[in-house]
Amino acid sequence: MLYELTGVTKSYSRGRKTVDALAGIDLKIGEGEFVAIQGSTGSGKTTLLQMLGAMDRPSTGEASYDGRDLAKMGEGDLSELRSHSYGFIFQAFNLIPTLTAQENVETALVPWHLGGDERRRRAQEALDGVGLAERARHIPSEMSGGEQQRVAIARALVREPRVILADEPTGNLDERTRDDIIGLLEELWRERGQTLIVVTHDTWVASRASRRIWLAAGKLAPEGSGRPGAAATPGGRTTEADESATEADEPATEHVAEQPVLV
Amino acid sequence: MYFTYIYRELRRRHRQALLTALGLAVGVGLVVAVTAYAGGVGKAQDAVLHSLYGVGTDVTVTQTAKLSQGGPPSFQMNPGSQSQQGKAFSRAAIRSAPGRQSLAATKVTQIASLSGVKQAVGGLTLTSMNVSGKFAQAASSGAAPGSQGSGSSSSGGSSSSPTQSAPTASQAPINVSSFSLSGVDVTQTGLGPLSSTQLATGRIFTSTEATTRVAVLSQSYAKQNKYAVGSGIKISSKKYLVIGLVTSSAGSTSTSDVYIPLQLAQTISGNSGKVNEIYVKASTASDIAKVKSEIKSALPKATVTTASDLASQVSGSLKSASQLASTLGKWLAVAALVAAFAVACLLTVAAVSRRVREFGTLKALGWRSRRVVGQVMGESVVQGVVGGILGVLIGVAGATAIAHFSPVLKATVSQTGAAGGPGGQAPPGMAAAMGQAAQTVAVHLTAPVSLQLVALAVGLALAGGVLAGAFGGWRASRLRPADALRRVD
Repeated sequence: MLYELTGVTKSYSRGRKTVDALAGIDLKIGEGEFVAIQGSTGSGKTTLLQMLGAMDRPSTGEASYDGRDLAKMGEGDLSELRSHSYGFIFQAFNLIPTLTAQENVETALVPWHLGGDERRRRAQEALDGVGLAERARHIPSEMSGGEQQRVAIARALVREPRVILADEPTGNLDERTRDDIIGLLEELWRERGQTLIVVTHDTWVASRASRRIWLAAGKLAPEGSGRPGAAATPGGRTTEADESATEADEPATEHVAEQPVLV
Repeated sequence: MYFTYIYRELRRRHRQALLTALGLAVGVGLVVAVTAYAGGVGKAQDAVLHSLYGVGTDVTVTQTAKLSQGGPPSFQMNPGSQSQQGKAFSRAAIRSAPGRQSLAATKVTQIASLSGVKQAVGGLTLTSMNVSGKFAQAASSGAAPGSQGSGSSSSGGSSSSPTQSAPTASQAPINVSSFSLSGVDVTQTGLGPLSSTQLATGRIFTSTEATTRVAVLSQSYAKQNKYAVGSGIKISSKKYLVIGLVTSSAGSTSTSDVYIPLQLAQTISGNSGKVNEIYVKASTASDIAKVKSEIKSALPKATVTTASDLASQVSGSLKSASQLASTLGKWLAVAALVAAFAVACLLTVAAVSRRVREFGTLKALGWRSRRVVGQVMGESVVQGVVGGILGVLIGVAGATAIAHFSPVLKATVSQTGAAGGPGGQAPPGMAAAMGQAAQTVAVHLTAPVSLQLVALAVGLALAGGVLAGAFGGWRASRLRPADALRRVD
């Protein structure tokens, strides 16, 4: 098992209030799995992703990655994990606006302290791998949403991480682009055998995963291999047939800030 | 990547970056301008002394008795020792009192022949004491101040003055008045006691009047005692014709009340062939120090004073300007600099706050905190450098403008504590000899900007950049990778 979470909780204090984002998670994820984490706003799925991505530590409980307890690791070690073992993809692409596509991919390699040439070479390769070689010198504002997300994927993959974590990767994209991006991710996943963990509220996206997890109010719902039980998540999709749904009736999540972008 | 990122980011917020740099530039520029101004004022003060003494007396030579206070060093800025020196002068003016040395007039020639000396003139300063009453008026030589002086050495020749017996007559005065009397070399009135005065009415001596009983009075003394050009004044029971009145600028205690030809002064005070002060003019300003040492070796017992010994005596608007520069100016510059630093810090922190997601993402990618801080610091330092260069330009422009538009400043050399000598009469000639005392000079300011000043300016701006970078970096280091996932407004 790559990930083993036992009794993980996470609490934040907002002023005088305390928010329990995660209220006791027991989870195992094996190497090479494609896991989709679904849940409505406030269910804690982003927080869970942060845990898995070594971006935050649990308040209580044990979260081990590859046998190491994330809760006990120092900032330096966590940083190392993030720079060598994980790749992130964000909903808003999170590219550095002042850098070109190639330079953005290179930022992922900065912690590796490679020589400039080597770094550039690898970045170019990664861009090739997502089919964006000709956009290498463009800055994000000159690219479409789909292209930007491809750059982000290249950035996540350039160091060939063991785990790829994606936070609503298609949330800002229109349908066709979404399909392309997810298709790309799947393809790369199959090629390289990485562990792919995707947080999404899009059922269609989730359906591509080999495993689906539901979160509600900081707790995991009992898992099925496909669709959840009707009572599992209030407000969540319950039928697989609703492919086109991008949760029109769900209020904007904590991530979505922009309109879907046309390719 | 490091420099690319810095450059791109600064270009993206170029307006803000320029503003930050400008803020630093103004603060630094003010420091440069004030420092240059203060430097210019300092130079002007030097020039003042230079011009004051360069056109007149460069060096004065007197001789006290063995109780010499070490020559020129004793003419230091300490008012205390100055007034002591005044007493010493008054002693010096008294040739017949114990401890008073007169100099042979041949010394004048000797000094005049030294290399670097353009001209040397001897003078005689006396105090004439007048007693009214049945007794004959006794004009003793400078008895009053000397009798209060601290003179204890007695190498002075009491034998040199036949009038020594006269004081006994004046020991029982009914009305005592005195005036200061200077003997002027009529062949060289350009240097000597009269050279620090300006003619008000009448005329001064001609070179043929070496033994004529004519006198030039100071205007204030004449007014006090109701003399005018054409009146007669009794000196040593002889009548002298007043031929002219002179004035001097502020510090009138530096002049004598009465001026008569040197030879007559020598005769009436029993100092034939003697002088008690020598005024020396150097050929060039750079010769002064040399001349001073030459004189000291030629006349080891003499007290030799140069104009630079009296640097502290400069007063007037130049001095005010210098004080203005040093106190108000400095505080103003410091305040501006502090404000500039504060603005730079605030802007930098604000800029970092706007890049929460950006930095969070980099941290999520594995960038260490110090790397992110390093980027922020780099951006800030670049702004500092730009600010420094701009600041130097602003400072130079400001300093030049100040110098260009500043009013002509005046400097007056006031009398030293010697004026405080008893009766205020003792060393008048001496004081005049101390370099055109109470002369006013007008000076134009410059505002020099040295290389060190430029380096200081750039250094200050860099410091500002580093400080702002530290604040921004601290803010950046507090960002967490999870911030990358946060929604940003």
